[in-house]
Amino acid sequence: MSDTADTIAETRGNRVSARARRASRREGHGAAPYLQAAPMALVFLVFFLLPLAATIVVSFWQYTQYSIEPAFTAQNYGEVFGGCLARLPDLCTTFETYLSTLKFGVIVWACTLTLGFTVAYFLAFHVRSLKVQVIFFLLCTIPFWTSIVIRMISWIPLLGRNGLVNQALISMGVTDTPLEWLLYSDFAVVLALTHLYTLFMVVPIFNSLMRIDRSLIEAARDAGASDLQTLTAVIIPLARPGILIGSIFVLTVVLGDFLTIGIMGGQQIASVGKIIQTQMQFLQFPLAAANAVILLVAVLAGVWALLKLVDIRKEL
Amino acid sequence: MRETRPRSFYVLASVFALFLLFLYGPMMAILVLSFQGPEGGLVFPMNGVSFHWFEKLREGGGQVEIGPALRRSFRLALLVMVLTVTFSVLAGLAFRRGFRGATLLLYVAIASLIVPSIVVSLGIALEFRLIDDAIKSLGMAWGIEWIQRDFVSALGPFTSGLGAHLTWTLPFGLLIMFAVFNRFDPAYEEAARDLGATPWQTFRHVTLPMIAPFLIGVAVFGFTLSWDELARSSQVMGADNTLPMQLAAKTTTVTDPEIYALGTATTASSILLVLVAFTIATLLQRRRQRG
Repeated sequence: MSDTADTIAETRGNRVSARARRASRREGHGAAPYLQAAPMALVFLVFFLLPLAATIVVSFWQYTQYSIEPAFTAQNYGEVFGGCLARLPDLCTTFETYLSTLKFGVIVWACTLTLGFTVAYFLAFHVRSLKVQVIFFLLCTIPFWTSIVIRMISWIPLLGRNGLVNQALISMGVTDTPLEWLLYSDFAVVLALTHLYTLFMVVPIFNSLMRIDRSLIEAARDAGASDLQTLTAVIIPLARPGILIGSIFVLTVVLGDFLTIGIMGGQQIASVGKIIQTQMQFLQFPLAAANAVILLVAVLAGVWALLKLVDIRKEL
Repeated sequence: MRETRPRSFYVLASVFALFLLFLYGPMMAILVLSFQGPEGGLVFPMNGVSFHWFEKLREGGGQVEIGPALRRSFRLALLVMVLTVTFSVLAGLAFRRGFRGATLLLYVAIASLIVPSIVVSLGIALEFRLIDDAIKSLGMAWGIEWIQRDFVSALGPFTSGLGAHLTWTLPFGLLIMFAVFNRFDPAYEEAARDLGATPWQTFRHVTLPMIAPFLIGVAVFGFTLSWDELARSSQVMGADNTLPMQLAAKTTTVTDPEIYALGTATTASSILLVLVAFTIATLLQRRRQRG
């Protein structure tokens, strides 16, 4: 939301000159900035960096039913991938779970990107008055302020066996028996994730679109580009930073998800996050840590690939 | 500007309308269903109209027992809000002046946003488990009696839970402060200094009033992100529960509309909070511009 404030302020020409900012930065390099940054740095050190380090260390430890013991063994990783190579080309549970999680990631990414871009495009290019733009934008963000559990529960009266959708389908004669796959299914998971996270696409893409110099679009039209050509050759490349930020956010959220897949999948669908959660419940900490490290590597590889993808396209 | 709308406008406008329906439709459904009569169920059609489920929620003792979790979540969210605002403003000031390691801190903050929440939650739980083990063996080694007798775990909503929430709220707070200070004109502060104000006076009487409306934004972010947080909370609250955890645990067992009443109540209070906060922010902004 601050991004919009950004954009709006900038389009009004309210920007502080770079020179003034540099001037303020030149002065005062004493201890004060270090003291000011210290609380935040300390929080990240104690509650983010050290926990990550602990996870990596513990993933090499041994465990018994009651305790975890320092060691240096790859046993946990062996257990995670137990029998995976021997069983190829059949997939072991671990590979299947990762593939299924990845599948959700890709489908939800495609859905949120398409929907998010369309909405952001409409807001940025078709709504002419700033006031209406702000109102529409706020309308999109209000649901963000409510609990995600409530937002998931709210699908029950619509998609349940006796829900509105099934009632409507039956009364229209489309089907005789209620559709079972509407709730607690892959479909419900994708729907709920799209419902929850499309906003994370809309905000950064809208921000990027608002920064596009409108005369570039005029120029493309004057040079004879069709609407579609303008979109693919001018607007989408210029919206790339927003698309990228939104994609990274949605992908990382979905790949690590265990709540939505758990609740909307009726606790029947596997995901990497759920495996970790279950292993924590059974106090198999080193095993959970090994899974977490693998998940982390997978997510970082995904983010890195996204960044690369964009850089390569830029160079072509 | 063109006078007639192109056809694409109508297509996109209907997509947008459908998007809003998609966003609000389900929420409307539970809003309506939460006002059912005592015989009401989880789906349409409505079975009478009453405040029965809201009263039941207030009295407690129904399927959804929320009292302690609600109070705990509220206190935690308040604390997270205060710390988020304070630490974000301080860090924002530090980034303006520049310091060695600034880029590193920014990258760590962004990493904290994109590392999956379950990994952060697990990491903090492991860290605290190691701390527990250390405290216990210290207690044994030095013969400290209360540790041997009473100490169970350092995990809890206001230790590990608080930290887990801050890893989620602080990056947002910092990014907002970036946006604020990027278009902040230092001329006002220079004027204050030229007039002989101390750094504290400059901050208190010049900088703070100018950034106050945005700090309300940071506060609202801090409060609601913590209030609704679930993924990072999952492993770090120790023996206690927060409200969203309680709710998530109920989703599979609850069979009456009390949970819808709770949904309506929390949604209404969240939206009310946001509206009040933004009204105050707008008023502050206006007063500043007039003064």
